[in-house]
Amino acid sequence: MIRIAVASGKGGTGKTTVATSLALLWARNSSVHFLDCDVEAPNAALLLGPVLDDAEQVTRPVPLVDESVCDHCGQCSAFCRFHALAVTGTRVLVFPEICHGCGGCMAVCPKGAISETPRSVGELAEGAAGAIRFSQGTLNAGETATVHLIRAVRRREAAADVVIVDAPPGTSCPVVAAVEGADWVVLVTEPTPFGLNDLVLAVEMTRRLGLRIGVVINRHGLGDNRVERFCASAGIPIIGRIADDRRVAEAYSRGVSPFTMVPSFSEEIAAIANRLAAEVFA
Amino acid sequence: MLSGKGGTGKTSLTAVFASMMSKPVIVDCDVDAANLHLLLNPSIEERHGFVGAAKARVDAAICDGCGLCAGGCRFDALHLDGIAVVDPLHCEGCGVCARRCPLDAISLEAQICGEWFLSRTINGPMLHARLIPGQENSGMLVSKLRQSARALAQRDGASWILVDGPPGTGCPVISSLTGADYAVIVTEPTLSGFEDLQRVAAVADHFRIPTGIIVNKADINPDVARLIEEYAAASRRDLLGRIQYDPAFTTAQLLGSSVLRTATSDLRRRLEDVWHAVERAIQRKRSVLAVI
Repeated sequence: MIRIAVASGKGGTGKTTVATSLALLWARNSSVHFLDCDVEAPNAALLLGPVLDDAEQVTRPVPLVDESVCDHCGQCSAFCRFHALAVTGTRVLVFPEICHGCGGCMAVCPKGAISETPRSVGELAEGAAGAIRFSQGTLNAGETATVHLIRAVRRREAAADVVIVDAPPGTSCPVVAAVEGADWVVLVTEPTPFGLNDLVLAVEMTRRLGLRIGVVINRHGLGDNRVERFCASAGIPIIGRIADDRRVAEAYSRGVSPFTMVPSFSEEIAAIANRLAAEVFA
Repeated sequence: MLSGKGGTGKTSLTAVFASMMSKPVIVDCDVDAANLHLLLNPSIEERHGFVGAAKARVDAAICDGCGLCAGGCRFDALHLDGIAVVDPLHCEGCGVCARRCPLDAISLEAQICGEWFLSRTINGPMLHARLIPGQENSGMLVSKLRQSARALAQRDGASWILVDGPPGTGCPVISSLTGADYAVIVTEPTLSGFEDLQRVAAVADHFRIPTGIIVNKADINPDVARLIEEYAAASRRDLLGRIQYDPAFTTAQLLGSSVLRTATSDLRRRLEDVWHAVERAIQRKRSVLAVI
């Protein structure tokens, strides 16, 4: 099994387009499990059109205080580093949206007044898009437990020849949760100053994690060659280039994978897939 | 300035609005992939370290490997390798392990997670930051920037605080929205852009912050642009205008400046119209608030 994460630094560079296209290509000859871990903005389903026949809530335990037992000693709120509990003279206020669910308050309560109740942070849905096994997480509005939900999606990883993880943009903890443990990280960027700036940060993040990376330059032809120069000087392989093509943008806008619509794009994806296969199995 | 989906043009439009506002304080809250500095060329006047949340540290000289800590950790952040070993990527700094340790071998230590800056730009003071790649607590760093911006705006009598937010809907987005009078959502006419617009609008609704929508790159798919405008009307959000796809945005980026430098007079007029629509929408909300 190989596990490939597709990430980017900058948003809107074409992560999901590349990730779903690789899935469609590999599904012709291999078993593929696609995990949409961009749980704040999951869009892969628009392009793959999976039938999602299984959905469940992902929860986190939050404290439930029995006021008839509590004597308002305040040890729970003193312990909580996330300020998710506040004790007044007569009441305990719980702020479940900032609780991390560590269970510390329950453990420190000398009266045993605290139990736990599950609180939904998002939905995990699963199904199939043709031969592709598909799982995605969707964070609830106003919720901050992004990392918790991403890990829940990744725990669903099934045995498959290829696992593809569609990561969120950025370079902080949600991305780390999505790319951790990948055999290869494909960083999709564009040849612009914004693309380069965020690629440099994403490379630093993957290097800290000790991950192998390759760069795909999307919208090639736009901008200039500063991304190419950076990759050459930093010794990072460019594993593919995708031409700036309005037909790709238009297919994407309608929720249709350009992989099935634009032949030149499919050839570019096939070249990336070949290069990845050669690198990963090398 | 928010979007849900990345790459819709938030930062480019933030740079435009920065030059159209009178007396703004400018804040780049996309702390893990900041780009606004590439257009506004700030000169840094103050630098501050950012200390994020603590993480567990095991004193190898004391730990006897009993494993009580790992048994109590809900984040799989501790395992035994002779002694307890902390996985800093998983540790959330809750302190449960430290409390369980019978030998007091575990302490919680604050981490330097990044840096934040107060800078000067030709459009006004700017607050921005750099989170160390791979670090946590971007929400805390955003709230640091936001609080500093507010203090600065009060001190200098600024009229606006203009916040360039991150993509998504999670912790740094919520932190960027906190205390805002109005959220401008920059979207693009793709089904993904439309879905993500609705997600971030739901977050703004959750915090009762009024929203307006700009449809950028509107000619990529006029049908989806129309769907977005119908949605804006049906959900009582302000429709702040359409902007066509224009290579002047990329050219400006290559020059390291706002698109006003490379825009044709048509595009410039369009951007001025959009800004006036934003200004009017915010004034309307203000007058409603004043009546209440």
